[in-house]
Formats: sequence, structure tokens, C-alpha cells
Amino acid sequence: MAEATLTKKDFQTDQEVRWCPGCGDYAILSSAQQTFADLGLERHNMVIVSGIGCASRFPYYVNTYGFHTIHGRAVPVASGIKIANPELSVWIVAGDGDAFSIGGNHVIHLMRRNIDVNLLVFDNRIYGLTKGQYSPTSEFGKITKSTPYGSLDRPFNPASVALGAEATFVARTIDIHATHLKQTLRDAHGHTGTSFVQIFQNCNIFNDGAFERIREKKLRDDNIIELKHGEPLIFGKDRDRGIRWAGQSQPEVVQLGTGISEKDLVVHDEQGSLGYLMTLSEMKPPDFPLPIGVLRRIEAPTVDAGIHRQIKEVTARKGAGELEKIIYSGNIWTVD
Amino acid sequence: MSVEGTVSKKRERPVKIERRERAVIRFAGDSGDGMQLTGSQFTATTAAVGNDLATLPDFPAEIRAPAGTLAGVSGFQIQFASEQVFTPGDAPDALVAMNAAALKANIADLAPNSIIVVNVDSFKDIDLRKAGYEKNPLEDGSVDSFRVFKVELTRLTRAALKGVDLPTRSIDRCKNFFALGMMYYLYRRPLDVTFNWIEEKFKNKPELIEANQRALKAGVAFCEATEVFEHVYEVPAAKLEPGTYRNISGSQALALGFVAASQKSGLRLFQGSYPITPASELLHELSLYKNFGVVTFQAEDEIAAIGAALGASFAGALGITSSSGPGIALKGEFISLATMVELPLVVVDVQRAGPSTGMPTKTEQGDLLMAVHGRFSETPCIVLAISSPADSFDMAYEASRLSLTHMTPVILLSDGFIANGTEPWKLPDIGALNPIEVPFHTDPETFEPFRRNLETLVRPWALPGTRGCEHRLGGLEKEDGSGNVSYDAENHEKMVRLRAEKVERVADHIPALEVDGPTSGRLLVLGWGSTYGAITSAVRRSRAAGHAVAQAHLRYLNPFPRNLGDVLARFERVLVPEINMGQLALLLQGRFLKKIDSQTKVRGLPFSANEILVRIVELLETN
Repeated sequence: MAEATLTKKDFQTDQEVRWCPGCGDYAILSSAQQTFADLGLERHNMVIVSGIGCASRFPYYVNTYGFHTIHGRAVPVASGIKIANPELSVWIVAGDGDAFSIGGNHVIHLMRRNIDVNLLVFDNRIYGLTKGQYSPTSEFGKITKSTPYGSLDRPFNPASVALGAEATFVARTIDIHATHLKQTLRDAHGHTGTSFVQIFQNCNIFNDGAFERIREKKLRDDNIIELKHGEPLIFGKDRDRGIRWAGQSQPEVVQLGTGISEKDLVVHDEQGSLGYLMTLSEMKPPDFPLPIGVLRRIEAPTVDAGIHRQIKEVTARKGAGELEKIIYSGNIWTVD
Repeated sequence: MSVEGTVSKKRERPVKIERRERAVIRFAGDSGDGMQLTGSQFTATTAAVGNDLATLPDFPAEIRAPAGTLAGVSGFQIQFASEQVFTPGDAPDALVAMNAAALKANIADLAPNSIIVVNVDSFKDIDLRKAGYEKNPLEDGSVDSFRVFKVELTRLTRAALKGVDLPTRSIDRCKNFFALGMMYYLYRRPLDVTFNWIEEKFKNKPELIEANQRALKAGVAFCEATEVFEHVYEVPAAKLEPGTYRNISGSQALALGFVAASQKSGLRLFQGSYPITPASELLHELSLYKNFGVVTFQAEDEIAAIGAALGASFAGALGITSSSGPGIALKGEFISLATMVELPLVVVDVQRAGPSTGMPTKTEQGDLLMAVHGRFSETPCIVLAISSPADSFDMAYEASRLSLTHMTPVILLSDGFIANGTEPWKLPDIGALNPIEVPFHTDPETFEPFRRNLETLVRPWALPGTRGCEHRLGGLEKEDGSGNVSYDAENHEKMVRLRAEKVERVADHIPALEVDGPTSGRLLVLGWGSTYGAITSAVRRSRAAGHAVAQAHLRYLNPFPRNLGDVLARFERVLVPEINMGQLALLLQGRFLKKIDSQTKVRGLPFSANEILVRIVELLETN
């Protein structure tokens, strides 16, 4: 297409954005619109699908095709869209409740099928739109409107769930870490198969400060580790700390320079064993830095391509279907 | 019945051939005895002979219920005739009972003097105990009013297959074909259709071909040699309407109807489905048609199945989903979304006996009110109903046509009786099918997602991939025209009424209700769905007895045909037989303030024609 490349502005709609002032969703929306433009995506070939929740208003604010569906069910709708028209770039936007509570079943099956869509989960660890109940990612014991004496559920770790479902692309990023967020979205887009991106997102009304350690600039560098394939796990403002194995699947934080060098550290491998990746995904502050970026990226067959390949193969073998033939088949007889 | 001649080769006692207009036979046995297969072979042969026919498979929900028990009895009934057949028949003229439980489960359905062929080898003490018989019914007089033929099916099959290199277990499984051979002899059917089927089925297993063919022939030979039957029956070919026919099940015809709609509309068929009895057959059938571009998506659950179908529809496919009552209930929220965003979607409900899991393999018409009204808020849907196995083709096509051209979901009601039943299908002229024109919107200048056609109120359909028509759909109430989210009170009322009116106006695009028989008078029998056959038989019999009875059958349940109110008003009484507690009767009474005589039955089985006939006569005799 010889059309002028679109800008971020082209991806905005005339609809008034209605999230609470200060919500992390604004930052994600802005970075996403910028990324869509940077990637040279065409609006008419994109579909953004969402379920229900604060995050799910997202499609109304992006000038592409969009479908705001029902709670937890963006995934099946997006699957149908992608299978029906594999040419489309399909993005799913969901919250933690949408994706891991009511829609949890669909999410694991999406990952199993590896349909070529991007699943962005805005994880604020709270139910926002229903005004502050605990979510499937809320920490154990959380006091909320529906758990005045503390929640009794242990939370899901979304990246671990995704790894458990053997997702082919698993990444994490942070709402206001714009550079990282944009790079992660580009990586997600570049991956063929289901790209799962957990975005830590602050709900400043019902769960403010939930991610203070990893969001605040002053604290962030000491509490996150930006994963890069083939590079050692180093973190800290002065990049002077790292992760090495203390034993099998037992990571430990070490200080570089005290007889320990980069070559002693764990080197990140996006195609590493699920055991290794699960160890990574379970690391978190205060004991460890939180790994963000691409945890896993592997190639695997996708169901959307598989369906169309099978249709082609069967058509090549049997010939294009003729209606008359299948109707006038079997034991037929004629009455004069 | 007339004695036509005799078949006697070298016998002293001639076997009489009786000519019959129709016959009803039932095969019953353990669910491992192959009764469905036996029945379908008898059906294939009977179709080839040129009889009209209708079948009723009746099997347990358990794949293999405990052998020999009542719970494990599987049955297959067929009525075939030299005239038109509308039902699988009421009482069987002949029953094959492969064991004691099969006899016990079926004997109450038999009229006196009917034929019973029993496998006496399965009437040992242990068999009797499992069936719940205290004494052997073959010896205590309880079968005296029938013509009982006690045959050692197991022993005779073993003898016939002597020398075949198969384990006894496999040899014993051939006894159903021995019984089938006996029935072929009794009703003078040829063996070639089943012979060919055996050869095809066991292509690479010569010993199984040998065994099954031998068992079949042995059944015939046994009858010839022993002259076990005094009479054999001739049911001549039927004088069907001229045309080309094939025997077809409801599920097969339904699949072909959707493929036809896909071909005629030029849209890819996308079926999202989750396996459930008795709807799974449609998934199996459609998955065969990959070279028609058909996509079948076996989803992780019922909700995902319909969600994927709706997504495919948004992207420009003919999206369909299929299930039975429990699954349809789960799909409700998505049907509501499809209504809200005004996208095409066909939802097939193959009804079964409920509530809850109910009796999954048994039929019922209990989902009519759910289809018409069973969703939250004001969520109108087009509702259609299939009336017979072959009609599934036409109605799948019609459901697709209406959904695509009116941009709204259609619920298509079938049931277990229709889906599993078979009948001869007069093959359609493909060229004569109603065209399905789907004008996708491609002009950005004139595009607004909810700018409606003023006549039909249908909104434009612009597909993702169309430059300049980018838009957002969603479950939130939207402003008419622009489609922007709106919480405006006036707009909401307008939209609720528009969606209702849009569905109501579908009535301008469907045929009027036809009345068969007198156009006014004492009694109209009005049905919907699978009661068609039983009602038609009952009405014809009552007319033959001199009664003026009218009949009409609703294929469109929402909206109703425009003339339905007039039709009802022209009759003093309206009888509505339904396999539920009176759901259509409730709708009609509410809508037209007409007193309805409701006839209901909820036994997991279709009406017999006689049951309806009795009610017709009762109504005509009372005021």
C-alpha cells in the first residue's frame, strides 16, 4: 500500500476516554497507539477485542475495528475472527478478572491452540469496574469490599499460568515504563502464535500503590530485571547485581565484583525449559527482582494456520466441493 | 391384505405371501448387540426397494449400560409402506428381541397377534434375573397373545460360522445379521445392499466379510429351511412424488443445508460447537466438508463455541453454533450480544428431554419458550422449527438466509427424534434454492454502523479489512445511526423498539401459514417441529373416517406468519399437540387470546398418530 504511514493520532477516536484520572490505562493506551503507528499497521486490518471491565473499554478509544464483547469472552470471539480472516491483526485486551477469573478457561485453551493473536492483560490485582472486590491476582489476605476480613484465595501468577498452559510467548511489562511497554508490544506483534503480555497496571482508586516497587522510578531499577535473550540476569541501578543458581532451580541474588563475575550468572534463554522459566516467573520482590520482558518465545504450530492448511490439503485431495455432488450421493433412486 | 401367491420350492407346506400397504418393525437388544446398525441396514435396503419410510432410533444414554439389563436396551423402529409415511409407526407388527430385557422393555408396545422373534439363547436364568423377570415369560403365558418365534440365534449363528477364523466373541456379534436375514426373508427384501455395505465396511478384513455375510445368509436360509413363518409379507414400492430420492437423517440434512447456504451466499461456513448429545452429529457431519471451505471449531465449552461463531460472523463468515438445551442455556449471553450488535448467527438447538441433564438421548420439545423468550431483557430472536429429518435441509438454509439478510440471530429448533430419524428426501433442485444475497458495505462515505435500511431496519455489514469503515461494536447500548455508546433514555427506548420491530418485520419475508384441508370449521390441528408426522397421520386417518379436520404446521415461531391470527379465528377449536407441557399453546393464547386445546406428552418419545387421533375424535364429539 502506497499510503502515507499512519501516526499515533490516526489511531485515536473521537470518543471521550472515560477512565479515572490517573489510571494506568491511559499510559498503556498512549503507548499502544504509538506502537501501532510505529509498526506501520493499517487500521482497517486490525481488530481489537475486549471483554468487560475497565480495560475492556480500550477498543472504543482506538480507531480500528473493535469488538467490546462480554465478560471473560473476548478470547473466543477473537479466535473466531482470526480463524475466519487470518489476514487481520487481532489484539485482545482484558483485565485480570476478565482473563483469569471468568475467562480463565478460554485463556488456557487459547494458549494451547496457539492462535496467532496478542493477548494483553492489564493486571491491577483488583476489580475496578465493580468498585473494589479482590481479583484472582490479589494477594492472599487482601482486605477488600467483598473480603473485609481478608481474602482466603491464593492468587494466580499470570505468567506461571501461561507457562503452565505452554504458551509460546509469555512477557511482562509495566504500564508507565513506556519504552519497555512499547518494545514488548512490538515483540508480541512479531511473534506468530498467541502472545501473552501481562501489564502491571496501577488502579489508583481501588488498589493504589500495588506495584509501587516496580513502578516508581526510584525503586524500579532495584526491583525489576529486564530479561534479554542470551544475556545474563543483571539488575540494579548500577547494574551490579545478578542472579545465579544456588542449587537446582534455586536462584540467588549475588553482588557482582565480589569474586563473582557475569559468567557466573544465569543467562536468559527464551527457549529454556519450563522449569527454568517457571523459576523465573515465581521470582518477586522483596527477595528477588521481578523479571519483566520476554520470558518465553518459541515457535509452534498455530491452529488458525492449521485449519486453513487442512482445508487446502483436503481440497487438493478431493477437489473443490460441489454442492450437487454431495446432495446427489449415497444410495439414490429415482421415481418417475 | 390379500393372498397373492405362494413361494414354495420344494416344500410341502406352501408359505403364503401377503401383500401389505405398510409395516412397522422394531429391533431391540442390548446396546452392544448392534441394533442401530441392524436397523439402519434394514432402512437402507428398504429405501433401495422404493418404500417410503420413517425411522426412530431409541437408545440409552450410557454407551454400554450393564449388559442384559433394562437400562441397556437399545431399539430401532422403522415404518415402511407403499404409500406415504409420516411417522416411524405406532405399534410394531414385528419385534426382534435379542434378549430377555429387550422383550420386557418393548412388549407393552405390541398389539395382540404381532410377531416376536426372540433369541432364546438369551433367556437363561441369569438373563431373566438381569431383566427383572421372576419367571420365564416365554413359558408362563405372558406372550400367548403374540406370534412368538423362539430362535436359538446364538447357537445357530455359531453353527453357521463354523470354520471362520474368528474368536467366539466376534462370531457371537454376528447374530444381529442372522436376525436381519430373518427379517429380510419375512419382508421379502434383497440382500445386496447389506452385502455391499459389509464389503465396503470390512474392506481389509476378509474374515469379517465372510462372517457377516454368512450370518445374514444363514438367517434367510434358516427361514427357508424350517419354514418358521407361515406368512411372508410383500410391501410394494411407494408411489412417491416423481423425483430423485435418498434416505437421509436429520443431522445429515441439516449439515447439507448449511453447506448449501454457505455456497449460495459465498460466505465461509464457520461452526463453533462443543460435543453434546444429540447435537454432536452435526459437528461430525460438517467436519467432513473441508473441501467446501467449512471450518469446524470444537471449542473448550459451549460459551466459547458460540463466541467463536460470533467472532467469525463479525469477520464475514456464516457463523453457526449447535447444541442441546443445557448448552443453549449457557449460550444465552452471547445470543443477547449478537442481538445487540446485530450480527448474523444461527443457533441450532437439538432439543432433548430435560430439565438439567434429563434424558439426553430422548426427545422433547421443551425449549420453545426458551428460544422465544428465554433471555434477559428485551432480546428478540428469530425462531424457526424443523418438522422432519429431510426438512432439516430446508430449514438450515432458511435460518441462514434470514440471519444473513436480517442481521440478527436465528434460533433453529430441532430435536433428538428429527436429528436421529431418517426418511427419504426428495433431492432439491440446487438452482431453485432462494438466493442469499449479502451486500457487504464498502463505501466509507455512506457508512455508519447503525444507519438502517428503512424498509427492513437492517443495519449495514462492513467487514474488518474494509478501508475507511473501521467501527466498534459492543454490548453497551448504542446510538442509532452512529453506533456510539449512549446512555440516553430516549435513545434506549428507541433502540429496544427498533430491535423488536426489525425482527417483527421478518414476517414480511416468510411464507404465510398454509392450511391443509378445510380452511375454516370445527377443528384445526396446529403443530410445530417433529410432531408433523404424527399429526399428519392422525389427521388423514380422521378424514378417512369422515371427519372434516384441518391441519397446519408452524415452521416460523418468531415472528409468526402474518396470517396466523386469521387462521386461528376461522376455527371453532384448535388442537395443539406438543412434546412439552403446552408451550406453543401458551404463546398462542397470550398472543391471540384464542382458547387452545393443548395436548401434551413428556415421555421422551414422539406422539403416536393414534394418540392424536383419539384426541381429535374426543374434541369432535364434545362441544
